[in-house]
Amino acid sequence: MAQDAAPPRGAPASDIDPFSPQHILNPYAWHHEMRELGALVWLTKYRCFFAPRYAEAFQIIADYQSFSSAAGVGHTNFNKEKPWRQPSMLLEADPPDHTPRRAIVGRILSAPNLRVFRSGFEVEANRLIDRLLQQRDVDAVPEVAQAYVLKVFPDAVGIADGDRMNLLKYGTMVFNAFGPQNDIFDESVRDLGEVGPWIMERCQHRNLEPGKLGDQVYQAVSGGQITAEEAPILVRSFLSAGVDTTIDAVGNALWSFATNPAEWAKVKANQGIVKQAFEEVLRYESPFQTFFRTTTKDVELAGVKIPGNEKVMLNIGSANRDPRKWERPDVFDVSRDVRGHVGLGYGIHACIGQMISRLENEVLLTELARRKVDFEVTGPTEYKVHNTLRGFTKLPMRFKQG
Amino acid sequence: MPKVTFVAHDGSKTSVDEPDGVSVMQAAQNAGIGGIVAECGGSMMCATCHVYVAEPWLSKLPAMTATESEMLTMTVSERRGTSRLSCQIVLGAALDGITVELPEKQI
Repeated sequence: MAQDAAPPRGAPASDIDPFSPQHILNPYAWHHEMRELGALVWLTKYRCFFAPRYAEAFQIIADYQSFSSAAGVGHTNFNKEKPWRQPSMLLEADPPDHTPRRAIVGRILSAPNLRVFRSGFEVEANRLIDRLLQQRDVDAVPEVAQAYVLKVFPDAVGIADGDRMNLLKYGTMVFNAFGPQNDIFDESVRDLGEVGPWIMERCQHRNLEPGKLGDQVYQAVSGGQITAEEAPILVRSFLSAGVDTTIDAVGNALWSFATNPAEWAKVKANQGIVKQAFEEVLRYESPFQTFFRTTTKDVELAGVKIPGNEKVMLNIGSANRDPRKWERPDVFDVSRDVRGHVGLGYGIHACIGQMISRLENEVLLTELARRKVDFEVTGPTEYKVHNTLRGFTKLPMRFKQG
Repeated sequence: MPKVTFVAHDGSKTSVDEPDGVSVMQAAQNAGIGGIVAECGGSMMCATCHVYVAEPWLSKLPAMTATESEMLTMTVSERRGTSRLSCQIVLGAALDGITVELPEKQI
């Protein structure tokens, strides 16, 4: 209905639906189209602005005072509509509420606090590689990415083994909720079943292994930094945010290297570049693509006046392939200077699990490279149809000793 | 452009000029200063861009956030009263000429 479409307010308008399956499955063409259309585009279907280029996306993420997360990082504006779900305590909070939580969880998930896990991750990575070299032909989604991440990450959090596939259903729903309430989201809610109570039970202190990351959150309760009510919710956020995303990153990494064997050859020849190579994976195939901010006041961005209390959509995948920022953005190049990519966000809401996700991926890639394992894609692949995450549902691969 | 001087643990000095808005961590990376690791790229998640900042510069820096302070409890080399994360020190006219000392180890 024409009268429903708000005026473009100085920004070019587009009637594209970024959350339609066709656009989700083929993101880079419409990202390009939007970047060319303008620095700020008005999406008529969703009645919000979209910042498809790197510079504005970075500015929005960095300026948390003008672009709030507390009204939800999904499409729903919690200032205008009653939240239909509990806002995330970390992701959907602004300072000062956000600050102490971020500080304590950030310390628990910081690189120095995680170093103790590296040797255990190496053992699991090598067990997995032994298995892959025997099996040779696998679907790398269940048999590599899910198998590895569902083993090492929940172990590090300290939850018991068993039924861990439930974590995937939960994470899928949580991240779908950052898009619109469409069919994709509804289906992930239907799939959820009784997983909500199950995961909450796993996050109770009595069910967490002493000394592991979940238990460390509860230790912060004794220290008075967070409340007893906050602890299980924060532990749950580890499990909701840290599983699907990292699985997607592993799959995207394997695919990126398999389809660019010269880049894998560089990593095999020099494992010192694994970290940098994984950052290039995050730029090239960013697992977490879309989220929103809400203006706290009238803000001028790229010459457009955005009124207060308006939603602005960002797309990490589009920013990370903006030719205004990156040379040959559609080329996977582990040698490039990839600093400044926003695959893990930036600033006070940068991915809080980034160091453990990096560690999981770095260990797996390092061990594959150290053992000179080669891998190739052996059949048709399928991407997931998901509102915010980009990753594979099917990735047939063959692993062999190089 | 503001100048920043890095004093390595062995006493050797390197000075660079960088535009306003660049962090001391980024300046170190641009100049290939080995004593700054910056595993997380400036997200206050790794505590590997730890520096010591002597007066008169220390008191010119903005107050430390809770997150920076938490992260400084995780440094490999000892935390001192002059400890800061260099990713949180943004160069500008007021900091032109700043000198930072690098700790013995970051990892």
